[in-house]
Amino acid sequence: MKHLLSMADLDRADIEQLHRLTDSFAEVSKRSIPKVPALRGKNVVWLFYEDSTRTRLSFEQAAKRLSADTMTFSVGSSSVKKGESLRDTVLTIEAMGVDAIVVRHGSAGVPWQIARWLDDRVHVGNAGDGWHEHPTQALLDSYTIREERGALDGMHIGIVGDVKHSRVARSDVLAYTALGAEVTLVAPPTLLPPSLEGWPVKVSHHLDDVLPSLDVVGLLRMQQERMTEHLVPSLREYTARYGLTLRRVDAMRHDALVMHPGPMNRGVEISAEVADLPRSVIIDQVRNGVATRMAVLFLLLGQGADKVLGPDDVTEPELQEVIG
Amino acid sequence: MPTTVIKGGRVIDSTGDRVADVVVGGDGRIAAVGPDLSGDSVLDAGGCVVSPGLVDLHSHLRQPGQEEAETIETGARAAALGGYTCILAMPNTIPAIDHAGIVREVLELGRTAPCDVHTSGAITVGRKGDQLAPLGEMAALGVRFFTDDGAGVADARLMRRAMEYASGLPNGVILAQHCEDPVLASGGHMHEGEWSARLGIPGQPAEAEELMVMRDLALARLTGTRVHFQHLSTARSIEMVRLAKATGLPVTCEVTTHHFTLTHAECASYDPVFKVNPPLRTDADVAAVRAGLADGSIDCIATDHAPHTQEAKEAAFDQAPPGMLGLETALALALTELDLPIAQVLARLSWQPARILGVDDEHGLPVAPGHAANLVVIDPTATWTVDPATFASRSRNSPYAGRALTGRVRHTLLHGEPVVIDGEAQR
Repeated sequence: MKHLLSMADLDRADIEQLHRLTDSFAEVSKRSIPKVPALRGKNVVWLFYEDSTRTRLSFEQAAKRLSADTMTFSVGSSSVKKGESLRDTVLTIEAMGVDAIVVRHGSAGVPWQIARWLDDRVHVGNAGDGWHEHPTQALLDSYTIREERGALDGMHIGIVGDVKHSRVARSDVLAYTALGAEVTLVAPPTLLPPSLEGWPVKVSHHLDDVLPSLDVVGLLRMQQERMTEHLVPSLREYTARYGLTLRRVDAMRHDALVMHPGPMNRGVEISAEVADLPRSVIIDQVRNGVATRMAVLFLLLGQGADKVLGPDDVTEPELQEVIG
Repeated sequence: MPTTVIKGGRVIDSTGDRVADVVVGGDGRIAAVGPDLSGDSVLDAGGCVVSPGLVDLHSHLRQPGQEEAETIETGARAAALGGYTCILAMPNTIPAIDHAGIVREVLELGRTAPCDVHTSGAITVGRKGDQLAPLGEMAALGVRFFTDDGAGVADARLMRRAMEYASGLPNGVILAQHCEDPVLASGGHMHEGEWSARLGIPGQPAEAEELMVMRDLALARLTGTRVHFQHLSTARSIEMVRLAKATGLPVTCEVTTHHFTLTHAECASYDPVFKVNPPLRTDADVAAVRAGLADGSIDCIATDHAPHTQEAKEAAFDQAPPGMLGLETALALALTELDLPIAQVLARLSWQPARILGVDDEHGLPVAPGHAANLVVIDPTATWTVDPATFASRSRNSPYAGRALTGRVRHTLLHGEPVVIDGEAQR
């Protein structure tokens, strides 16, 4: 796999291949010494233009378990503050000899620009670009559902909240529908994208109408600044209409899952009690994030790196050789 | 005085179409038009169209303040190569062209350029939208076109007063508007719609443009003053202008070449070369722009030539400045992309904008003895591929790199002087 930029670049077979690899790396993570030499000698740079603790730590943990060397480019203390352009930063990092750049940026499209500027010489992983995409989140979300409930075919998944500004929602929609699930976006019209043309989804503005039919409720983080943009009148009103409370959980199917990409606003999109219910798999998402990112880094930099991603790219013997 | 003869061409102007040679006298005027003429020197126009030079109502020349992107001289050279003999500088320089001092500087710099350079003036001080700029002082220096281009005048009362005040100035000045409601468009970096939603790029709705078109049509009715709409880009904007013209309101409008050749789908590359304001719109809007050009609802094609340095355009899409080059590609794009007779294309690039700007005593005139020899010789069948590296503009931000076009400027004559010969700038 050359780059991981968008879930739109992966078909069902690709996602399933990544999930199988994730199974193997989840097993590695459970060992007493959870480390394999798969990426020894490979160098990965974290190029994070936006604050991110969980995603960066998760990638870092994944890289370390694969024995890759990592470097962090931290914007706050770097030449960016001295006015260096994005392109110069990227070319500088490349010149130091890196194998992959994992980038998070507040502007949509930056991972594509980086891949173009580097003429595809370095692998690029998208760790979140603006409102656009967050493909590893979609891989770990779909992996978590599969782990808990099996195949996604025929499932009804609700994505609830601020879809308009959510890179998680855009990637999740692509992953869930590629895997055969039906997706309903649940939000007030102000928090939906301005157009849903071409999106394979249904839409509802009423959580209570949709909740009883959902197999999975995926909540999105509701940000304080949305108030100043006149998108909702108040967080109180948002919570009253879209917050997942214990009362609403009563209307859910008994086996329906609750998910959240974090960080949660307890008391806003999810009540504290709901977050701690057994059906809430939020901590499992975090755990699966490490194994998912191991699978992604392995496909970018390991044995699968020179191949076009496909279900047969990494054979079982090859994988066993790597993970022992 | 030595004369030049343009030999073997087909002359097309606002009066019609005929095969004729054109003799240009040493006084910068046309001396004779007819069959089998001769002169001291010869410019070959075999297979070519001889037309009044093109007039651009919308050039960002970046001087003063951003000379790293363009200067009046380099912009004028790009214009000459593109077949223009007259361009109108937009006022969003640094500082803005909003008083006599800067107007004098721009006109002075333009005097030696290989294209006539006129300047617009800002409607409000510093283009800030809160205080009327000294329109009379600028008009006294020959400024006839006022706009805050780069932004619209958001305050309806101020715009009303500007229109009323301008109508009392001598020489028939015209107010022009960059239509964009700044609050509704706020934060948007491309057209709001299917593609902005998918790409996660904040959009600005078509209605941000249309609201100001609607408002200014109301103000034109209220004040009875002329208004010119700059770079209209949406189907409904054009429909509103069409209806307004039908009811007799004194309005005119322009569209850019990129709004009839590119759509918002181009933004999927995340290449900021496709970022422009007004943004690239939908297929339906492109079709409406083409239809408006065909039925005459749209008076002219302007370039909105907006040079930016490489470093400015190497930012993230939502951080890069909007704007694309246009002067060196507009004619060829219009000839290649519009399904219109060449005379109609030239009307919208030459004599119609010349009339709007009020330069029709020197530009866009019929090719006839005694008229200023501001002419372009176009080879309508020449094919070429756009390569921004070869541009005379100081910038390279053309969205058309690699595009094959048909129709190319062979010669441009400015007041009788061949400033472009065989596609080469002479100065």
